[in-house]
Amino acid sequence: MITDEKIQFVAEKAQAIRESIIEMLIAAGSGHTAGPLGMADIFSLLYFHTLKHDPKNPAWAERDRLVLSNGHICPVQYATMAHAGYFPVEELKTLRKFGSKLQGHPHREYLDSVEVSSGPLGSGLGQAVGMAIAERMDNGVTSPKFFYALLSDGEHDCGVMWEAAMLAGKQHLHNLIAIVDRNNIQIDGITEDIMPLEPLRAKWEAFNWHVQEVDGHNLRALDTAIGEAKSVNAKPSVIIAHTVPGKGIPEIERDYRWHGDPPGKGPTDKIPADKQGEVFLHELRTLRGKIVGEHE
Amino acid sequence: MLNEKLKLHPKIFDDAPEAQPLRAGFGEGLVEAARADKNVVGLCADLTVSTRMDAFKKEFPDRFVEMGVAEQNLAVTASGMAAMGKVPFITSYAMFSPGRNWEQIRTTICYNDRPVKIVGSHAGISVGPDGGTHQAIEDMAIMRVIPRMVVIAPCDSNEAKKATIAMAKSDFAKFPTYLRLAREKTPLMTTLETPFEIGKAYELWRGDNPQVAFIGCGPVLHNTLKAAKKLSEEGIGSVVLNVHTVKPLDEEAIVALAKEVGAVVTVEEHQIAGGFGSAVSEALAAHHPVPCEFIGMHDAFGQSGKPEELIEHYGMGTSHIIDAARRVIGRK
Repeated sequence: MITDEKIQFVAEKAQAIRESIIEMLIAAGSGHTAGPLGMADIFSLLYFHTLKHDPKNPAWAERDRLVLSNGHICPVQYATMAHAGYFPVEELKTLRKFGSKLQGHPHREYLDSVEVSSGPLGSGLGQAVGMAIAERMDNGVTSPKFFYALLSDGEHDCGVMWEAAMLAGKQHLHNLIAIVDRNNIQIDGITEDIMPLEPLRAKWEAFNWHVQEVDGHNLRALDTAIGEAKSVNAKPSVIIAHTVPGKGIPEIERDYRWHGDPPGKGPTDKIPADKQGEVFLHELRTLRGKIVGEHE
Repeated sequence: MLNEKLKLHPKIFDDAPEAQPLRAGFGEGLVEAARADKNVVGLCADLTVSTRMDAFKKEFPDRFVEMGVAEQNLAVTASGMAAMGKVPFITSYAMFSPGRNWEQIRTTICYNDRPVKIVGSHAGISVGPDGGTHQAIEDMAIMRVIPRMVVIAPCDSNEAKKATIAMAKSDFAKFPTYLRLAREKTPLMTTLETPFEIGKAYELWRGDNPQVAFIGCGPVLHNTLKAAKKLSEEGIGSVVLNVHTVKPLDEEAIVALAKEVGAVVTVEEHQIAGGFGSAVSEALAAHHPVPCEFIGMHDAFGQSGKPEELIEHYGMGTSHIIDAARRVIGRK
């Protein structure tokens, strides 16, 4: 059970993470905007409440593992990790720059506190499955570690993802928890136009997973769903988190055209390019109180 | 003359040399490697018996994962297991792994720096009757271009066994590695006493006053040795270098030999473009260019047939190797 104070704390962190995302994308001049903003609440909850981890000792062997499959939303992971103390927040401004720890898509060689390098879609789930299988070989089904795989909805188009889903069901990996960022957009448009995923719930159920659907911005509901996922016996769990891409900035919310562009290079029909960064940061700061209050 | 120091197989030049499939040596080596290290695990994509992972599965059922026909996830899952400290060996036919799962190997294994051992069986056109779909003749090219990847193409079953053990425990254990195997029984050239070290080329044959160097890998080295013997009977001396490790290449041995002999024939059961011969010529072009001829598949697919028929048809027979030697000597 998560306390009211903790929800307030996690929600405040999520807003700080959103501001960092916009700041780092402005500094980088390229990168993805909508997806990272939409996942800020989930990342904040995971790093500030759910995960067993130690930012000062990232290699701690007993930590839970978080595998980010859709590496293009890494600005949210980098911002969250910085706010959690893995590295200085100031370093976020090096995103996508030469020699930076913060590669355009995560690379373990540059930032060894991410569990995997990612970018090419579809491969995160299988890596989390492999980790969970290896853990069970070593420590049996009573291992206290959990393995979290963060997936996009668009990458459900990839065949390899379903290969991994099938294997996880076969292996009864009860300590594997996938969280799907169901934001309904991908680069070319709306997921249901590009390659329909529905009925998504039924698909996962058919692969022998325990399935829950939640509002991906409601921290209490998310926490409850993660708690239920942890208690499921003999099945892997998936939480389909319905999120709003671009969450927190009305001009970006639900607009797939903001999938792959940074502020300053996005659609100009609502805000001119040269004003985008400034307006978005202002909106995040003024809307802060409203958004923080949405988690009941 | 055969190199006595290497304790090569006594029946190499018999009419019916002793023969074993490369995959058999791998199967034995894997069991030994697994006995020595509890972190060695095996994953297979629905080809456990034919890739000879069955003996490992029988002895270590709890360390074996059946993946089904899912080669992309074969690579990805192994990467995840390696992240937890395992040393995964993954097997399928080379056409499917690394043929079908190249990007997953690049990203989740090599880019991620995970010591996964990719074992591709049924490589080369000597797969025979199954036909062109199942004859992997591009695998060394696509594996050697990936940073960090070690590529090994053993010449016989004994070498495959030693390579398998070395991949799991030598200085190279921490690297992702591709091991190329073949289906059919092929002649034993080495014995279990023959030395083996990843990255080190071995001179199998040296004639008097050598005029040409054969530099090769894999079972076609047997035809190469027969060619060297025949040439020596005609008074043409040669050297046969077994370069089982395609990457990292033993450039020192290759360049020294090219300097000494002045003409090279590379031999492989693989496409010429991008493969072993290309690797050798990259080294020679950079350090000591000499005339080269290339034995292998010349931008063609294979077809059904008996292995020996196909080897002859596509120009990898003993007579072709002899002809290539004559041509390259003429170009000096």
